[in-house]
Amino acid sequence: MWTIIHKMGSPPWFFRFSGVLVRWLLPITISLLVMGAFWGLLVAPPDFRQGNSYRIIYIHVPAAVVALAGYYVMALAGAVSLIWRIKMADITMRAAAPVGAVLTAIALVTGAIWGKPTWGAWWVWDARITSMLILFFLYLGVVALFEAYENKTAAARACAVLSLVGTVNIPIIYKSVDWWYSLHQPASIKFTGESAIDSSMLYPLLLMILAFYCLFALTVLLNMRAELLWAHRESSWLKQLAGGA
Amino acid sequence: MHPIRKQRLVLVSLMVVLSSVAIGLVAFALRDNINLFYPPADVIAGKAPTDRTIRLGGMVVEGSIERSETELDTTFWVTDYEGSVAVRYSGILPDLFAEGEGVVAEGMLDAAGTLVATQVLAKHDENYMPPEVAAALEGKTAPAERTALP
Repeated sequence: MWTIIHKMGSPPWFFRFSGVLVRWLLPITISLLVMGAFWGLLVAPPDFRQGNSYRIIYIHVPAAVVALAGYYVMALAGAVSLIWRIKMADITMRAAAPVGAVLTAIALVTGAIWGKPTWGAWWVWDARITSMLILFFLYLGVVALFEAYENKTAAARACAVLSLVGTVNIPIIYKSVDWWYSLHQPASIKFTGESAIDSSMLYPLLLMILAFYCLFALTVLLNMRAELLWAHRESSWLKQLAGGA
Repeated sequence: MHPIRKQRLVLVSLMVVLSSVAIGLVAFALRDNINLFYPPADVIAGKAPTDRTIRLGGMVVEGSIERSETELDTTFWVTDYEGSVAVRYSGILPDLFAEGEGVVAEGMLDAAGTLVATQVLAKHDENYMPPEVAAALEGKTAPAERTALP
């Protein structure tokens, strides 16, 4: 267990390991996305009230779910960076922030596109939507804070503090529809009891959520590899790797 | 664990807990402002201000929608099953606006306690199902399924 964690912190080992992982993850992600999109957009039945416009759920919900989960990845990396001072944790945090920002933006934009025909408004300042906008700014804040520092160790520490303080927003987003009166509906997928969404629509949705998790892992890994290449551009192990190839 | 790291772990945990408590207290203090709308029972009890724009949310009462023959004027009642408030609106209603469904209306209360709405939004619930399943449910348990409050 501990040897694996120590190895993860070693750039040459991680670079090789992530290379193998990316090679597997890329075809898996693409096939899951294609399968989920085909199933959700073409095979799944239309909704009894919304007709076909509900199908945006197959992008909106996975993007939102992974945006929330991705924040925990970033915040955990921040905690590891603060406590153990592992460089790889800094790189993970830095790699996750822009991906999370894009996913949050996708959730906000698809929500607005769905909201106009369904609710009758592009944007409403209800608790769910506003807290999601805050999440978007938190992600952008981490990206900007990293760039603001010349010293990358100091940058990582500041970003770790920001992302850890921001974690309080995640349960707020998740529970906002239950704690306050909001326009956004409560969750359709329930962990306990029967889901409020019919199984013929639920299964492609779960597949798309899985696909988005893979997409997140893939893009974060690719980001980390690019970051590693830049940080170690002068090091001997990279020169060896480049020379060998 | 190394004592310095243990100390940092405690500091990080404290940071997360204290910031959560701080933001939790702020959210608790501002809960009335975070709520998007007033339920009809609060409006009837006089908890909603009458001198400025408010939002009212609830279910459209079955059989209460009255449309004008010549204008876009519509009146309907909104209920939370503890009380009902009348809404008057002139304009185009969203597609999902229907009796027995959720709605959020924005406007001002007049002297008679009717909400003169400037905007009406449909509130979609969390139920998603194919038309066949809905038709099958309609025959049996549909009304019971829909009594949940927004």
